Amino acid sequence: MQIVADPLLVVLLLVNFFMLGTSRLRALINGSAAQGVLLALLVVAVHGEVTLQAALIALATIALKSIVIPSMLTRALRDAAIHREIEPVIGFVPSLLLGGLGTGLSVVFARTLPLAPEHVGSLLVPASLATAFTGFLLLATRRKAITQVVGYLALENGVFVMGLTLVEAMPLLVETGVLLDLVVAIFVMGIIIEHISREFSSIDTTRLSSLKE
Amino acid sequence: MALALVIVPLAFAAAAAAMPWQKWRPWLLPACGAVHLAMTIAALGRPEVSAIGGWLKLDALGRLVLALVSVLFFACSLYAPGYLALRAERSNRVFVPCLLFFLAMNSLIVEAQHLGLMWVAIEATTLASAPLIHYNHHARSIEATWKYLLIGSVGIALALFGTFFLAYAALRAGLGTSLFFPDLVREAPRLSRPWLHSAFVLLFVGYGTKMGLAPMHTWKPDAYGEAPGIVGTLLAGALTSCAFLALLRFFQIVSAAGEAAFARQLMIGIGLLSMAVGGVFMARQRDYKRMLAYSSVEHMGILVLGVGIGGLGVFGSLLHLVNNAITKGVLFLSAGNIHRAYGSKSTEDVRGALRRLPFSGALFLAGFFAATGSPPFAPFLSEFTIVRAAMTSGHAIVGGLFLLMLAIVFIGMGGAVLAVVQGEPPAEGPSGYHDRLGTIAPILLLMAIVLFLGVYVPAPLVALVQKAATFVEVKP
Repeated sequence: MQIVADPLLVVLLLVNFFMLGTSRLRALINGSAAQGVLLALLVVAVHGEVTLQAALIALATIALKSIVIPSMLTRALRDAAIHREIEPVIGFVPSLLLGGLGTGLSVVFARTLPLAPEHVGSLLVPASLATAFTGFLLLATRRKAITQVVGYLALENGVFVMGLTLVEAMPLLVETGVLLDLVVAIFVMGIIIEHISREFSSIDTTRLSSLKE
Repeated sequence: MALALVIVPLAFAAAAAAMPWQKWRPWLLPACGAVHLAMTIAALGRPEVSAIGGWLKLDALGRLVLALVSVLFFACSLYAPGYLALRAERSNRVFVPCLLFFLAMNSLIVEAQHLGLMWVAIEATTLASAPLIHYNHHARSIEATWKYLLIGSVGIALALFGTFFLAYAALRAGLGTSLFFPDLVREAPRLSRPWLHSAFVLLFVGYGTKMGLAPMHTWKPDAYGEAPGIVGTLLAGALTSCAFLALLRFFQIVSAAGEAAFARQLMIGIGLLSMAVGGVFMARQRDYKRMLAYSSVEHMGILVLGVGIGGLGVFGSLLHLVNNAITKGVLFLSAGNIHRAYGSKSTEDVRGALRRLPFSGALFLAGFFAATGSPPFAPFLSEFTIVRAAMTSGHAIVGGLFLLMLAIVFIGMGGAVLAVVQGEPPAEGPSGYHDRLGTIAPILLLMAIVLFLGVYVPAPLVALVQKAATFVEVKP
């Protein structure tokens, strides 16, 4: 399983960097969609064989993370007629550097955690931590509502990868939980984004600043 | 019974969503609140309440939180028809079902014995409360809802992360796959320590976000400031209590593993920080509803601080859980009435509430005294218990800081509250709201409970709190 899973995880990490470095929102959404496909492949890789259960979860992952949510976000993008992330709180190069630092620290931290024999040497835990960290970085440093949703998705992806370490022990429950959560959360966020763009004619969260100390 | 506590409110929610009559829909709330309260009382009388093969079970901690949620919801449900009649211009087709669904999910959190199930239920409350905060549909309420959803979802995602860490700790220890709390507590000493520590930190941050502990509290002032008073009450009284219950479940696992000292340090630190943040921001607050949110941050700090001190502190903290929830009901509902009458939340515009609204103004003032721990109200007893626990267990510095924060809060909150209730009221605004039975009686009921519990804590409640405290503080 590791032979297949590790290269996929490396690609996942590369996509993280791509998402941190790009200013085009369309590209950001595509990166998020690509992560969905990678996760689906990972589900199959971790199961070791194409079982019915693995196939179902992989399909649901692709449907949600690579088709439904990206098209929803793209539509919001088109409606609001914006293309780029302007003036992030910290620049794209510094956030790339921070992402690199976070990934390095994830690897170091994961080393300190004792792993079950079947996960020793695998990239699952460090990749999970690094992806979650990337999500955090996007959430905290970008201003567009869409970027923040993508950041949340990346955070969820990190959690999802962590869930993969438990797949053999806790089949189905874990993954269905994550997917369920995502469907509903994104659904509600989608509605709110609609309201934001209708009310403020923009999806820039800096406009959301009347509530302040 | 265990199942009915969840199913019945769900059925009421479905009925409310299907019902076509705007005028009659709010009356489903008191109906459901009464049924839920009756079922809660019946359940508390039984020694064993469980369902679905142990997935749902009322344990000692669950009993306490269920009781307070049920009482608080009942009072809010009595208030709701009167309030919604004042807001007849706005559809309640989403509002009422969401409130009922919120109650169902609170019952589920309290009863869930499985890590995953509890997480799903807490997630569901986030989603149920988003439309409630958004009720007024103006620009500020969208902003508040967006922040609430985003920060809440991140918290929930971190809690899931922590849940997986805990599951991995169990897997690593060769415990198999059970994520049931009783199993985890029993097997806790064998859990892998590094994973357990990381899991607790993630869960503490995740569910702490839901509770609104500093520094994860930033959604709170916005959400409580913009939401209707009834929603503020349920968020500050019921939902935060449920999130605290979730935290305690993990604290229980950590202390069963013999690692309580690690968790306690974290809780004392965050507890003091929350109290300080609450106190400082209350002092310079010009918006009395946002001020209540900071008061909630402060009280959440008191709750975790009490558990961090341990021993008698846990008892004090659980007693304070009840007192805080009921007091928050008085404050949020009376502040809602004042807001309605004046059409403003700013302490610069609102003056003379005692004259304009004798009941709401007086209740708001009394609620302030209760929330700041003045005798003879109930929070005084529980806060005093926590101070005593700190002083007698070698945490004298913590106890001293605790008292200092309480003094800061009293002065800071007092300034704003007195500005609202005293003075000459400005000319009558356009709303024409006056106190009436429907929007006053429920607050009087809650205030009576706060006063009564401050004078005399009935034996059954002491037993309930005592059992919950012993349950939480398991020895390895």
